[in-house]
Amino acid sequence: MQLDQLYQEIILDHYKHPHGRGLREAVDPDARVGEAHHVNPTCGDEITVRVATDGKVFTDISYDGVGCSISQASASVLHELLRGRAADDAATVHEAFVELMSGRGQVTPDEEVLGDGVAFAGVARYPARVKCALLSWMAFKDAAARAGVGVSPTEVKA
Amino acid sequence: MTTIAIPSGMPQYDDVPRFDVATVRADFPILDREVNGHRLVYLDSANTSHKPRQVLDVLAEHYAMHNANVSRSVHTLGTEATEAYEGARAKIATFINAPSVDEVVFTKNSTEAINIVAYAFSNASLRPDADPRFRLGPGDEIVISEMEHHSNIVPWQLLAERTGATLRWFPLTDHGRLDESGLEELVTERTKIVSLVHMSNILGTVNATARITQRVREVGALLLLDCSQSVPHLPMDVVDYDADFIVFTGHKMCGPTGIGVLWGRGELLAAMPPVFGGGSMIETVSMARSTFAAPPARFEAGTPPIAEAVALGAAVDYLTGIGMRAIQWHEKELTAYALDALATVPGLRIFGPNVPVGRGGTISFALGDIHPHDVGQVLDSLGVQVRVGHHCAKPVCTRFGVPAMTRASFYLYTTMDEIDALVAGLEQVRKVFD
Ligand SMILES: Cc1ncc(COP(=O)(O)O)c(C=O)c1O
Repeated sequence: MQLDQLYQEIILDHYKHPHGRGLREAVDPDARVGEAHHVNPTCGDEITVRVATDGKVFTDISYDGVGCSISQASASVLHELLRGRAADDAATVHEAFVELMSGRGQVTPDEEVLGDGVAFAGVARYPARVKCALLSWMAFKDAAARAGVGVSPTEVKA
Repeated sequence: MTTIAIPSGMPQYDDVPRFDVATVRADFPILDREVNGHRLVYLDSANTSHKPRQVLDVLAEHYAMHNANVSRSVHTLGTEATEAYEGARAKIATFINAPSVDEVVFTKNSTEAINIVAYAFSNASLRPDADPRFRLGPGDEIVISEMEHHSNIVPWQLLAERTGATLRWFPLTDHGRLDESGLEELVTERTKIVSLVHMSNILGTVNATARITQRVREVGALLLLDCSQSVPHLPMDVVDYDADFIVFTGHKMCGPTGIGVLWGRGELLAAMPPVFGGGSMIETVSMARSTFAAPPARFEAGTPPIAEAVALGAAVDYLTGIGMRAIQWHEKELTAYALDALATVPGLRIFGPNVPVGRGGTISFALGDIHPHDVGQVLDSLGVQVRVGHHCAKPVCTRFGVPAMTRASFYLYTTMDEIDALVAGLEQVRKVFD
């Protein structure tokens, strides 16, 4: 296999220098906050994602967890991509990422939509790693729902 | 170089039984294949072992030539299948020195074997006339350890929930050995069963059971040993170990998947109520009630995994032909070599005993703070197959403060070259993630 396809520079970069890591309190006291903790039972990876929203925009997305480079980098990319976005906009990105990861390497990602998330295209070819990449995204979806904002109707068929 | 002479009359170094690893490797077709453009380096035998041609041939031959259901027909094929199935039982009884073939119960795997014992306790607890040794209720205790595979934890947790009994466990020392310092307080008159792993699938520790067995006898409890990782790798003698039950699983000892063994003392199996009901496990059935066959049939409801049992018999023949002492010694040498070699890798931390004594050829480690998934992925790209994750022993990971570990495990076909490939691969991992 082409190891560099899996461990793209972008992924290693996010892993070594994660963006927005650490759980934060909402700045606005009136913000609605939702949190979800997800684990990958096969490997023990864990992540907690917390979202703060005014009902329209995700004003903050913070997270903390332990896991492999793929799961940690994908949480960092999630933070980069979705923080500050309107809910329906975020839903589009979320859907695109889930579609990319469920595509077994057959989906060509749109950089306009996914930004650094395109680096995960290679991961989709490794079924054992798809769950790592999706861990924070699924936790985000639950956290958003708990904050009263639905993001994605997509179910993962991993 | 100085040579240390062993006094004459003592066993000499050259007396150790040996075998030719290259010859053995030629028996395993899969070892010829490539993975990701590299020679396969399979270091995951604790997960499942490979199967030699001698076993694969018997499996195919059984279906091709002797296929029929067992214990149900007078015809020739039925007789051949039954003889092969019962013949396998006899081989396994000899392999573990069981006093009687009827003490060998075929199961699907170790997990099912442990569950059969747990559910026999459960069923007995519902029946006032059942053998008191199997009756559990509030105030009774079940003892396991922090070192168990999930399949020797969860069935007992569930049993405790159903009966109101209490689950207790041996802790671990920092070196990954059983902490027996609280033995007297842990195993008491309240204890009904102690169920312990013989060799840990994650730390590699081989538990010395004598003191525990003695205590179990003192208090009148029963002892189950989970031998999933020991029976494949060292000579097992159930009389010598003085256990009440042992379990093991065929796929880790050169046999096929779908077949495992519960061995129990004849007298205990006879006192146990059935667990699964169905064909082959009965004496007589009327619409109102049934009576049950003697063991082992009582615990083998339905059509068993016939070909798999026969092939497990072939696996036992194969292992016996090489010699379990020789296999044990080969793995001891590999383990000593691997512990030394891994110690040269910067930032590598071994979990479990770091000397090749009281341990088998299964070594778990951390490489700096690089996540095991990443370690395993880079190694895989080099053809090196290791297991990563919590190894179905999450409490052990928790005990050592890590979410996961990387594990290399050896078997009779493993070579020192393969350990070198692992060490070289770990260098590569460090390059990618440093
Ligand atoms: C110590 C130990 N116990 C139990 C098991 C369960 O074996 P199986 O999955 O074949 O039932 C294993 C293997 O995974 C093991 O290593």
